[in-house]
Amino acid sequence: MTDRATGAQPPLSPDNDRVLQQLQAAVPLTRKDFVSDQEVRWCPGCGDYSILAQTQKVMPDFGYPKENIVFISGIGCSGRLPYYMNTYGFHTIHGRATTLATGLKAARPDLMVWVITGDGDALSIGGNHLLHSMRRNVDIKVIMFNNRIYGLTKGQASPTSEFGKVTKSTPAGTIDHPISPLTVALAAEASLIARSVDTHTEHLQQTLERVGFHKGSVFVEVLQNCNIFNDGAHRDFTDREVREDRMLVLEHGQPMIYGKDRDKGIRLNGHQPEVVTLGVDGITEADLLIHDEGDPLIAFMLSRIYWPDFPVPVGVIRDVKRATHDELLTAQREEAIARRGTGDLRALLESGETWEVLA
Amino acid sequence: MTSPIKEHDLPTQELERVTIRFAGDSGDGMQVTGTQFTRTAAVFGNDISTLPDYPAEIRAPAGSLPGVSGFQISFSSSDIHTPGDAPDVLVAMNPAALKANIGDLPAGGALIVNTDAFSGPNLQKVGYPANPLTDGSLKSFTVFEIPISTLNARALEGLEMTNKQVDLTKNFFALGIMFWLYERSMDPTLRWIEDKFGKRPVMAQANARALKAGYAFGETTEIFHTHYRVAPAHLPPGLYRNITGNEATALGFVVAAQKAGRALFYGSYPITPASDILHQLAGYKNYGVTTFQAEDEIAAIGSAIGASYGGALGMTGTSGPGISLKSEAMNLAVMVELPLIVIDVQRAGPSTGMPTKNEQSDLLQVMFGRNADSPIAVVAPATPGDCFDIAFEAVRIALRSMTPVVYLSDAFLATGSEPWSVPDVDDLPDISVPNRTERAGFQPYARDPLTLARPWAVPGTPGLEHRIGGLEKADITGNVSYDPDNHHRMQLLRAEKIARIANDIPNLDVFGPDRGDLLILGWGSTYGAIRSAVERLQAQGRSVAHAQLRYLNPFPRNTGEVVRSYRRVLIPEVNLGQLLLLIRARFLIDAVGYDRVRGKPFRIAEIEEEAIRLLDEEAAR
Repeated sequence: MTDRATGAQPPLSPDNDRVLQQLQAAVPLTRKDFVSDQEVRWCPGCGDYSILAQTQKVMPDFGYPKENIVFISGIGCSGRLPYYMNTYGFHTIHGRATTLATGLKAARPDLMVWVITGDGDALSIGGNHLLHSMRRNVDIKVIMFNNRIYGLTKGQASPTSEFGKVTKSTPAGTIDHPISPLTVALAAEASLIARSVDTHTEHLQQTLERVGFHKGSVFVEVLQNCNIFNDGAHRDFTDREVREDRMLVLEHGQPMIYGKDRDKGIRLNGHQPEVVTLGVDGITEADLLIHDEGDPLIAFMLSRIYWPDFPVPVGVIRDVKRATHDELLTAQREEAIARRGTGDLRALLESGETWEVLA
Repeated sequence: MTSPIKEHDLPTQELERVTIRFAGDSGDGMQVTGTQFTRTAAVFGNDISTLPDYPAEIRAPAGSLPGVSGFQISFSSSDIHTPGDAPDVLVAMNPAALKANIGDLPAGGALIVNTDAFSGPNLQKVGYPANPLTDGSLKSFTVFEIPISTLNARALEGLEMTNKQVDLTKNFFALGIMFWLYERSMDPTLRWIEDKFGKRPVMAQANARALKAGYAFGETTEIFHTHYRVAPAHLPPGLYRNITGNEATALGFVVAAQKAGRALFYGSYPITPASDILHQLAGYKNYGVTTFQAEDEIAAIGSAIGASYGGALGMTGTSGPGISLKSEAMNLAVMVELPLIVIDVQRAGPSTGMPTKNEQSDLLQVMFGRNADSPIAVVAPATPGDCFDIAFEAVRIALRSMTPVVYLSDAFLATGSEPWSVPDVDDLPDISVPNRTERAGFQPYARDPLTLARPWAVPGTPGLEHRIGGLEKADITGNVSYDPDNHHRMQLLRAEKIARIANDIPNLDVFGPDRGDLLILGWGSTYGAIRSAVERLQAQGRSVAHAQLRYLNPFPRNTGEVVRSYRRVLIPEVNLGQLLLLIRARFLIDAVGYDRVRGKPFRIAEIEEEAIRLLDEEAAR
């Protein structure tokens, strides 16, 4: 199966550790290595610029040479991101990026595959594929830019638009209830689920770092602003002045504390989460919920709470380990070879009942 | 375990060709019965051709007309091309099977019926006012009335089985009778029973006993006055096996992938009648095959394109409705110019249509059913065995020209079977193409001067990082471009790339005179019926030739010359004239169509009759 020209092969049973070792020995790359020669064409002020910059910034940290990294996107403003990454890139069709990523990863487990998508691309037209890539634990990193609007088509309601939102396509307000992306990801069993914000550059970087080192299906919701068609989409809790009081930055093993003065927290009252203030009614840190990325109930609760009733949780809400799709495929192939030997074409063609016609 | 064919008092009649149709309830095991008779005839050395005909319902109400399942096999001592226009022998396991099939049995044909099933309720269920076995309506046939259920139950006495289980084995009793009648060995079927039911010894014993009891019944009963011998056919020397179109398709692609040095990735979503290709490929993991049952048709093709992008041979397979869903992704493959195989096992439509029934009506869909001018290569096998060769060709073209290729099979080819001369793997050419690895001068859309293929630069190749996608490409650089002249040029380049495949495929082969009164031009599974009709017409001294297109886009280079060399051109199709439209448009000739869309393959006789009508019309001009 060796490619004759290169000696390289579409690997049937890649040895990822070996690949990684080779990679780490190589000359370290910098952010600049990941900047392509294409002019970036998002609207000035778009949140996508920041996401692109943080992505380029973290990319050298994973030890992958850039030729082993692939960015795959669907349709929408987010879909342009691969053009700006100096890696391999594939701008596919609406909603289907995860399907191409699944096939690519199955054929080439040695590659690091990122999927860039938006709320319409991932949750509307591509909803089915998103679900199935997550349940299969395909080792791809889905980064969903959520601006709660269709930007590229100039401002129609999206699956995450708030109920009643007036848009060009919903002049009387949308009557569709918004979907909760993280809850969907949980239901579909993605193995790493996180949320971050376009303009919170440090947090976004930290989140992408976690993502890059995770093996398995990743779903990250990046709250992103569309300053043209949905300006201030997340402003109520992401603005500099209010964010510390209105967002909950999660850390594994740490109590859920937030607030400018680090005086607010989340505790469970029965099954219900509630916001409490430290020092009031004798509440101490010991009363607060401890974040556990392996606990499905905590993850579910975190996927459901949102501003204005609660602070908006950001960070990794779930991180679990399970066998990836390509690992399982490879294992089945290896088992078949162990059991029946490497396939012999002659034997294959002559299988079943044959008879000889003599001259 | 042997069952030597015993010398018998009854006379043996030599026949050149026999066509048998087994018909019963869909739970009666008619497909198994037909398949076993087929294997036995094939191994014996007859030429064979088969036509399974089964309902889409897995278990329609027992004894009802919609639940009738049939399997027709024609076996012969000479070269045959079709499963036979009409059966010589009809085996009807119940009144529904009789009613659904008796219309096809010619006068004088033999009818074997299971009389046990001809009871009041079964007759009423299918609207027989009186028992056809006694009302004289079958008097033009030679009827053999056999209480198959009763005799079979008696043969199985003493086995620990329920009555229902016993009844399920009666198809083997019927098969045993047929084996005796046509002097066939029971050994291949006994071996099969052992393989299949080995873990359930009672079932193995029951089926073997039923088979032997049927055979013994033939031997001892006095209702048959003769039995028949169909000598082995004089096929070209070589090693043979019986093969269905779907089997040959799967094998062809596995072999082609290996000869191309590429891992095969098959993404597919279950759909009749293409699912068997997925099932079969799933068993070839040790050949480097990866199969992926996707969540839907779109994911199936998306995953295949992803795999091709990574350097594997990406394939997807479906039937007509699935092609509709895949159109957008097929166009992505056209735009990004990656190799891709799209198998379409056509079935009767539109919409869900008749899922298990045959039709060849997706030709225009795969040619044109995408937004914009979207040239795509199309090939179509002509017989079950030809599926192997055309699968191989599809891969060769896809890799050589960096293009999606549609492989148009159909339900008749997929499930029909014929003896297949097993090719020698070493004789098959190396069809590998190298990945681009050289950095100097790399441009994602620079083209091979001969084929216009762009380079295959797969992720993981240092220095060749680049971006592709569905947006229009600038010529050579592959960057996104909205330049008007560039778009026009790219449209022409994409079309020219497909047109140039014609330089690389064989000429259209003509059977018969180079010029003359009539050319019958077909494509796909109509091959057998057309070839047989043309053989008959030529035997009558008519000036008739046959050509079967296996390459539909582009057409072979000489196609225009061929179709212009006859006074008339007749194009029989199991659609309403799709190839006809293409040929008329492309070559400006007054070809005429002969279209029958009944969910069934053509009969030889109808093509022969139509040809004669045209020839007479022409003579009268």
